[in-house]
Amino acid sequence: MRVTKSPGLFSSLLLLLTVTLLWSFLHAFGLYWSGLSWQFAIIDSAISNLLNVFVVFILFNALRFYQPTPKKLFYVFIWNIILAKAVTIIFSYLFEHLFTEIFIQEKALINSTLIFRVAYETFLLTSFSLFMYLWNNFKSQQESLMRKSALEKISKEAELYNLRQQLQPHFLFNSLNSISALAGSQPELARKMIQQLSDFLRGTLKNDEQQFATMTDELEQLRLYLEIEKVRFGHRMNTEIYCEYECLQMKLPSFILQPIVENAIKFGLYGSLGEVFIRIKILCKENYLHIQVQNPFDFLVAKTQKGTGFGLNSVQRRLFLLFSRNDLLKCEADEKEFTATIKIPQL
Amino acid sequence: MIKYLIIDDEPLARAIVKEYLQPYSDFELLQECNDGFEGVKAIQHQNPDLIFLDIQMPKITGFEMLDLIEKLPAIIFTTAFDEYAMKAFDSNAIDYLLKPFSKERFDKAIQKWRLQKENSKQVESLREVFKNLLPQNDEQFRVVVKTGNQIRIISISEISCIEACDDYVKIHTDAEVFMKKKTMSFYESVLNEKEFVRVHRSFIINLSQIKRIELMEKESYCALLKSGVKIPLSKSGYTRLKDVLGI
Repeated sequence: MRVTKSPGLFSSLLLLLTVTLLWSFLHAFGLYWSGLSWQFAIIDSAISNLLNVFVVFILFNALRFYQPTPKKLFYVFIWNIILAKAVTIIFSYLFEHLFTEIFIQEKALINSTLIFRVAYETFLLTSFSLFMYLWNNFKSQQESLMRKSALEKISKEAELYNLRQQLQPHFLFNSLNSISALAGSQPELARKMIQQLSDFLRGTLKNDEQQFATMTDELEQLRLYLEIEKVRFGHRMNTEIYCEYECLQMKLPSFILQPIVENAIKFGLYGSLGEVFIRIKILCKENYLHIQVQNPFDFLVAKTQKGTGFGLNSVQRRLFLLFSRNDLLKCEADEKEFTATIKIPQL
Repeated sequence: MIKYLIIDDEPLARAIVKEYLQPYSDFELLQECNDGFEGVKAIQHQNPDLIFLDIQMPKITGFEMLDLIEKLPAIIFTTAFDEYAMKAFDSNAIDYLLKPFSKERFDKAIQKWRLQKENSKQVESLREVFKNLLPQNDEQFRVVVKTGNQIRIISISEISCIEACDDYVKIHTDAEVFMKKKTMSFYESVLNEKEFVRVHRSFIINLSQIKRIELMEKESYCALLKSGVKIPLSKSGYTRLKDVLGI
């Protein structure tokens, strides 16, 4: 591990050293070129660049964890001025205490050019901050791009998974069987059911691209689904949908409603005998869409049926992928009723 | 007259069977059953010659229902559920109809049944089919049993031990004992081997129910269960138990 890791550290240290030395050399050469003695040029360059390395190190660490918004960049600038000022003060303090005797002539020069020094330092630090800022921005942008593409990929999978759910062979074949039965005795009803089944299937194909749909669209799709299930189970299945008017235009992940209701029907109908009431309640509260689906069930049967997750894992996963939150689906069960509630944040 | 039952939770699915049977004047419908509970009762009281049976039904499945019946009538499965290895039926004297099925296919099933009616082997081969079928079925989180007139669903975790008893097994829970016509090897293969261990030719125990393991005599051990019952451990059973427990 160490062997593989050290070259990276070593090379970055080498780069830092090279840049610092090059810069110091330029600094010294500049001073020498403008007519100062080479001793002074070297010492000036050494002190100020040592200080620079130190300050840049501080800045580097600060900006690594603090990503300023464009508006806050001004504060960073102010901080840079303060730091530049501090560097200059320390520089002149050091110079005065260590080298005054050697460079008597230059002392006056230093004192008279302090303001230029501050400006120069500010320029240097601001450049560095700006570089860090842009680099961090670039990186976080790249990261969010990667996250987005990952999300897209997984949601595609979810979409496919959902499609599979919709076209659950069990649902499809039993519906077709009902149609077959109706065709003999009540052809008109059979035709109607074929229509409904077609509309439902078309709906599941339509929303391929869209991740979100309005409540109105989702309710329509749900209605089709329930109509079909009612032909099959009408004798013992009752549904009640309550939806607040304001919720109709709200957005929710497409096809998130149907699996929950399907689950409620499955556990309601196969988990108990006799009549079954499925209640669906849709409310808007504080920028959230609340969807509550309630079904009766037998605790013992549900406990012993395969998959204790109540088939809602895919819903949970999808909500997590979309909102990075794990608290949006809640399931509660008592002896007789099972309630699944999802909260959809309105962005 | 041939007496038959239809056991299916969807009225329209029952209707189509009735409709297809209308031309058969020698068939008499005894009852339509909504679920396995009604099914068990009807089969016991009315002794049908033939039943049409769905698999996925409320509370207990068609298979679980059949498991509760001593004397099986002839069965034609009607189901959309092909997750079960339906192929297993092909080689047997039983027929199954995948929903939705045509009149022609239905007639063929009846024909087939009529031809094989005399053959009493059917019932036995049916049992064989179940033996092969159930281990593939991943619903073994529970056991459905019958006590008197009651049908009970027992969660696997409630079982403390299973004891061999001739053709039957005794399923012990904390407070009760249930009889079931199954073999020890069936449960041995079906139950999770990390939770249930065959510790003796006649015993399978639930590991979470063990209180401690005691020395009975020289080199012979027994397991004391939480219910206070002592279960003898055979030599190989003791080794197996130690393996699973990691001691």
